[in-house]
Amino acid sequence: MGVEGIGASVVRKEDKRFITGKGHYTDDIRLHGMTYAHFVRSPHAHARVAGIDASAALKMPGVVAVLTGRQLVDDKIGNLICGWMIHSKDGSPMHMGAWPAMAPDTVRFVGQAVAVVIAETRNQARDAAEAVAVDYKELPAVSTIKAALAPGAPQLHPEAPGNIVYDWSIGDKAATDAAFAGAAHVVALELTNNRLIPNAMEPRSAIADYDAAEDHYTLHTTSQNPHVARLVLSAFYNIAPEHKLRVIAPDVGGGFGSKIYVYPEEMVALWAARKVQRPVKWTADRTESFLTDAHGRDHVSKAEMAFDANHRMLGLRVATLANFGAYMSLFSSAVPTYLYATLLSGQYVIPTIYAEVKGVYTNTTPVDAYRGAGRPEANYLLERLVETAARTLKVDPAELRRKNFITTFPYQTPVIMTYDTGDYHASLDAALKAIDYAGFPARKAAARKRGVLRGLGLSCYIEACGIAPSKAVGSLGAGVGLWESAEIRVNPVGTIEVLTGSHSHGQGHETTFAQVVAERLGIPIAQVSVVHGDTDKVQFGMGTYGSRSAAVGISAVIKAMEKMEAKARRIAAHQLEVAEDDIVIENGEFKVAGTDKKLAFASIALAAYTAHNLPEGMEPGLKETAFYDPSNFTFPAGAYAAEVEVDPATGRTTFVNFVAADDFGRLINPMIVEGQVHGGLAQGIGQALMEGAVYDGEGQLVTASYMDYTMPRAADLPSFDLRHTTTICPSNPAGVKGCGEAGAIGASAATVNAITDAIGNNRLEMPATPDRVWAAIHGNG
Amino acid sequence: MYETTYHRPNSIDEAVALFAKASEPRYLAGGHTLIPTMKQRLAAPTDVIDIARIPGLSGIEVSGEAVTIKAATTHYDVARSDAVRKAIPALCMLAGDIGDPQVRYRGTIGGSIANNDPSADYPAAVLALGATITTNKRGIAADDYFKGLFTTALEDGEIITAVVFPVPAKAGYAKFPNPASRFALTGVFVAKLKSGAVRVAATGASQSGVMRLPDIERALAASWSEATLDKMRISADGLIADVHGPAAYRANLIGVMARRAIAAAG
Repeated sequence: MGVEGIGASVVRKEDKRFITGKGHYTDDIRLHGMTYAHFVRSPHAHARVAGIDASAALKMPGVVAVLTGRQLVDDKIGNLICGWMIHSKDGSPMHMGAWPAMAPDTVRFVGQAVAVVIAETRNQARDAAEAVAVDYKELPAVSTIKAALAPGAPQLHPEAPGNIVYDWSIGDKAATDAAFAGAAHVVALELTNNRLIPNAMEPRSAIADYDAAEDHYTLHTTSQNPHVARLVLSAFYNIAPEHKLRVIAPDVGGGFGSKIYVYPEEMVALWAARKVQRPVKWTADRTESFLTDAHGRDHVSKAEMAFDANHRMLGLRVATLANFGAYMSLFSSAVPTYLYATLLSGQYVIPTIYAEVKGVYTNTTPVDAYRGAGRPEANYLLERLVETAARTLKVDPAELRRKNFITTFPYQTPVIMTYDTGDYHASLDAALKAIDYAGFPARKAAARKRGVLRGLGLSCYIEACGIAPSKAVGSLGAGVGLWESAEIRVNPVGTIEVLTGSHSHGQGHETTFAQVVAERLGIPIAQVSVVHGDTDKVQFGMGTYGSRSAAVGISAVIKAMEKMEAKARRIAAHQLEVAEDDIVIENGEFKVAGTDKKLAFASIALAAYTAHNLPEGMEPGLKETAFYDPSNFTFPAGAYAAEVEVDPATGRTTFVNFVAADDFGRLINPMIVEGQVHGGLAQGIGQALMEGAVYDGEGQLVTASYMDYTMPRAADLPSFDLRHTTTICPSNPAGVKGCGEAGAIGASAATVNAITDAIGNNRLEMPATPDRVWAAIHGNG
Repeated sequence: MYETTYHRPNSIDEAVALFAKASEPRYLAGGHTLIPTMKQRLAAPTDVIDIARIPGLSGIEVSGEAVTIKAATTHYDVARSDAVRKAIPALCMLAGDIGDPQVRYRGTIGGSIANNDPSADYPAAVLALGATITTNKRGIAADDYFKGLFTTALEDGEIITAVVFPVPAKAGYAKFPNPASRFALTGVFVAKLKSGAVRVAATGASQSGVMRLPDIERALAASWSEATLDKMRISADGLIADVHGPAAYRANLIGVMARRAIAAAG
């Protein structure tokens, strides 16, 4: 490795602009003649829209237009789509209700838009929105899975009887039932996976501009995947064909999944920009973020594991109810199915698994992928179940895991996935050593003397990242392929522009992608710039989510680099009059092995563009593109160990230590990897201890601000002890597995297992807030 | 935020005159409640009269018998005052634990007391120490001042000028912060006055705002110790139940925080 190449903790190139206030976010952009949109949103969770009277609003200062859901439907703007078809057990396609971008006749969650005011200023739009009179006829609402499934429950969509979107299953039911019938021990657990609100630092924002002369739209928006947004807006929403629509996602301040989706506000902004013939800007305020960003998680599950007399796992049976909210968001259907149940084997040899998942509509904000997306739910369920089993069977939790670890690869699980490589013993050993597992009983006893309860919890997680092989996901119902594209543009002076379909919204791609390129050529990263986030610049891309940018995005870069290098090598061989095979690339030079003959990369680049002396028949220029479709998912895995102290008087949990031992394959920039793990751990611990969206019985979001929704803060978290064990990923040329979601996937189970160990009561749900822990300690849990 | 007119008077008289002239005026003395409420369009004063910058309205005076904190004194200045620390250390500790540094630089004691948020810290100290709220018109005893959630004995347009705390024999404050907002989920201030009287007040817990705790006062008057409270059952009647905990949890916290406040008082 060079000082800036793969494996170097290079300071992030993009941070200079971020930490000096020079970032360029959507809301920073001002277009000439720009107007501002403010949405009229439903205060009711379920109501019929009997009428909208905008006459008073239209007379208010600065108002340009008031547009309603009815007009949107009349203009044939398409309903929002869900891009992954799931079929129920009985073979029927999922039952989806229509989701217009603004409700023409029925609202189904608090915050759903019914109209939009366009005005000269943001405040004028807001003032006028308050003057729009909406005649709501309230309908009974359901805000929980239980209420939605109750006999006689209010129905959200006529297309979904019983409020059930699908009733899906995976695995072999008969074999699993047989395994349980023959089991020596069965351990069962009921669990809730709490609903989370993403809370990206930058609220969503969109600016739509329509050029009537060219009949062309430009959309600036907070997107994790601008090309996917353009594709969906064009192909399904009838906004404009792709060549008449440019989507730009500039600097984006965090996404965590919530900015994957095309939301109603972007659609309406584009439609409205044409209607008013002026640019339209909308930026969410924090309350709108709470009410309208897609939420995450929200499962209720029953899980059972069967063991033989020697504590070997025989089978796993899971029944999960997943809350989708009021509408099916873009990727929502895949989250509690193919992103969840396919990971239920964890790190273990479980001969047979059967899982059922029912997707349920409720009068709440739509739920979709949020950092980890299905995999945190799977890991939390499995690792709490395994820990519970160890306590029930009275065996050491680490030993029970070790006894059942997968040790030979590739390993075919009973739930689709084929794990390519891993070493689960290594990561568990590293975590136990770092936390001094052997010394824990003495520490627990010492804490007891001080009047506090100390606990240690483990979580051995696995995730499927680098999504995904296009053919495989297509066969499972995905509406798109999940490859990635890259383009390498070498300038005549030898500097390089890397154009990628990945999108950075905090991940540091401008640094890591440059490191990979710099490493291959032996040039400084300052000579490499990374371009992303603009459909007019980048040829295509599927975007960034599911820890896919390194595994898929960088693999595409490597593929394009190989093509570029091959051409440069031919030019070098031609000019140096040697065979191509004799050329080696080193320190920015193409050298003839064993001689002092060489050409600087910059002079090869110049030669490619002057075209004065190229091999016969070679095209001028030095620019190559590639599309990379992965051959498999990647399988990052690791072992987390949390040690906590609980104050029995207040139920408050504090961390003594938190060890994360991860196997991410090859690390491109260890500092950035650590940052990703820290952020993920904060979110995983946030879910375990603090965060939880709460709706009341009428469907009002009680936790709609930071006064009631608890975000984890630095002072709530320990100094993390990060360890790495490495098995190089064999499934992609970069050897990487992905690191963006691990913390959020592994941390919640470790934390809750530590608390339940401390308090000696396993009846504890997330978030394990002080009052809940106190109730559990004192027998009310 | 709706449109409003911002005033920065130079004297209390000028502030009172501005208040009298405006149709829906509000005084601003830090603004940590008023400004967010206005931003959410839940408050729409026609005129905002910023009294925090009136000359002479901030500062701390300490005598052997009393600590006088003028109304526009920031939490930061109270927390950092050596004179207050010597006289009533619990008051410094309370002020230093309000919100975050940004809040402490801007928020004022007068603003906190006038707003009387049921989860604010200062009301517990004012009530437990039996302080006197001095206004531009009169002095009001703490026991007569707090009238329930966001409600006080202040008349329309009346301005707090100072809070006068008697220096106690002992005092302590302990709070359990709301995990989300970091306001007091329950905070208990215990005081043993030089007269020997024991006064205890809790904030954050009650549906009626800051309250005295007569049972705990009686027990501590008999024996000033944590152990006195070990067996005491705190009633959950009238306590707040919300997403951060049921009433029974807050009842528990009253007992726990009272014991910790006594420990802090020494």
